[in-house]
Amino acid sequence: MSALSPQPHIQISQLTMAYGSFIIQRDLDFAINRGDIFVIMGGSGCGKSTLLRHMLGLISPASGDVLYNGRNFTRASAAEQDVMRRRWGISYQSGGLFSAMTLAENISLPLQLYSAYQAADIAEIVAYKLALVGLDGYQDYYPSEISGGMCKRAALARAIALDPEILFFDEPSAGLDPISSRLLDNLIVQLKESTGATVVMVTHELASIFEIATNSVYLDADSRTMLAYGDPRELRDHSEQPVVRQFLARGDGNDNTNNGATACAGGGQELQGSNP
Amino acid sequence: MNDSRAGFQLAHSNDNDALLTLSGAWVEAYDPGDFSTVSGQLHLGTATRLTVDGSAVGEWDSTLVAFLLQCFNHCREEGIAFDSRGMPEGAAKLLALATAVTPHQREPEPAQDWHELLNPLKLLAKSAEFMRESLAFTGEVTIALGKLAAGKSNTRFEDFRLFCYEGGPRALGIITLTSVLVGMILAYLGAVQLQQFGAEVYVANLVTIGILREMGVLMTAVVMAGRTGAAYAAQLGTMQTNDEIDAITTMGISPMEFLIVPRVLALVVTMPLLTLYANILGIVGGGIVAGGMGITPLQYLSQGEGALSFVHLGIGLLKSVVYAVLIAIAGCRAGINASKSSAGVGAAATEAVVTSVIYLIVADAAINIIFQQLGI
Repeated sequence: MSALSPQPHIQISQLTMAYGSFIIQRDLDFAINRGDIFVIMGGSGCGKSTLLRHMLGLISPASGDVLYNGRNFTRASAAEQDVMRRRWGISYQSGGLFSAMTLAENISLPLQLYSAYQAADIAEIVAYKLALVGLDGYQDYYPSEISGGMCKRAALARAIALDPEILFFDEPSAGLDPISSRLLDNLIVQLKESTGATVVMVTHELASIFEIATNSVYLDADSRTMLAYGDPRELRDHSEQPVVRQFLARGDGNDNTNNGATACAGGGQELQGSNP
Repeated sequence: MNDSRAGFQLAHSNDNDALLTLSGAWVEAYDPGDFSTVSGQLHLGTATRLTVDGSAVGEWDSTLVAFLLQCFNHCREEGIAFDSRGMPEGAAKLLALATAVTPHQREPEPAQDWHELLNPLKLLAKSAEFMRESLAFTGEVTIALGKLAAGKSNTRFEDFRLFCYEGGPRALGIITLTSVLVGMILAYLGAVQLQQFGAEVYVANLVTIGILREMGVLMTAVVMAGRTGAAYAAQLGTMQTNDEIDAITTMGISPMEFLIVPRVLALVVTMPLLTLYANILGIVGGGIVAGGMGITPLQYLSQGEGALSFVHLGIGLLKSVVYAVLIAIAGCRAGINASKSSAGVGAAATEAVVTSVIYLIVADAAINIIFQQLGI
């Protein structure tokens, strides 16, 4: 692992995404550095998840490239793409756990396919990965037997099964209560810190964006391109784009530097105003 | 940098303290050996404290932390204090994370003995339960149909139309193929026997009666069980997984009226029509074989016309309605009762096809016996 390589870990280069002739986002151009927790944000329907699917190679772009470690992923052959994907861990929006398999089987599948561990060692690794997400002892449960939050965590355990270099999350905290969502955020940060992985996540949970993100990109649904790139806290206070400031301040205050008190006061006034 | 193979050594410094020294590269390619050696040695001593020293660890990955976690859990179970020192920073953090929650203990399920599973009384009780449920479901459908007849139902005509199209015109291709072939098979079967008596021309009678009374409708039903019955089960099973059925119920709409009735009615309407179509093509298929044996089309048709009676046609159509109800009910019941997972949807589709084929055969036999007794 060359931790100090000068080139960015992931490079999105002049990427245009389209379904047929319908353009979703055009001219996306940004870099994700090694060790970043990078957030792709934007309003609903702006193409966040679609961008993630482009980065994963599930959809091929209308034009432009995605590069990992300077290697062109988009133009690589299917076999090369598979090799590159092996260093990634992916957690899908609704978990993506195989419902016909127990949690242990779900997590051991990538280990059996792509690691040198013996069968006995795999059980130990599975127990460890489940323990990391607080689910040790749930090996023999099926995804349908555990709660949604537990499914998300189990999906994370599967994503980190092979100690990936890059972790992708699609809406990791969607559908979780605030406490579980916070725990998941902490988990992501700690995993990142102890394994040195790069984290790319799609989310619009502001709390978690401000808490863990180190860098971000804002995709705009109207202009169909990226409007801002940088640390989200910085963007909230100093972005040149009012739309971005508004998004990061939950819609209120154009110029106010949003702290909890003003947001609450604004909300209260609105509520009073709407009361007959 | 220590890149040798992973290893560990356990030493008892005094009666109560044990020291486990780890060394080498703890990565997946090197097998560090079995944890049971450590736990075995710990048992021999009277250690109340285990200290793990990781200062000699070189490269590491999940292998190391998985091993440490095993030590930790073993110590927790045995009531031994666990301590680690000199661990690589990341590994120490990960271990702290992994040990934050105590492992969940699953309550053991009562074990089922094989002789319990094969107990004929239990099996009988199980199938009785299945029968009871099927009858209850059929009853609910009947009530919903009654409501529809009274004009107080939430059934949407639009849905009914859509299912008719799905189950009718779109099935024509496959029905064409099967019924022509079945007609030909029947003709071959009869021709070989009838040739021995020089009575080839009676192939027309055999094909006409065989197709009208029996094979046309049966083949259509089998195709529809595989095509439409399974589709119903998969649709309803997926809806169950998506909580759609719960949403319908909480909107105050009966799933029976909204989902099941249009499907059952659609099949009841399309099946007789498809059967008529299959009958015609089956007779044509028989004609092709007969033509190959020197029977002119005119001969075939006039001979067939002699055998054609509305009784045969009517019995076939009656069967088609019965089968349609059975297939629709088997499919819908399997779908509605599906468990909420992708495996559940698959199981529902399988159950739908298997039960409807069994229903078909049993019903066919029953109807034939009844008409035999009645002399029709």
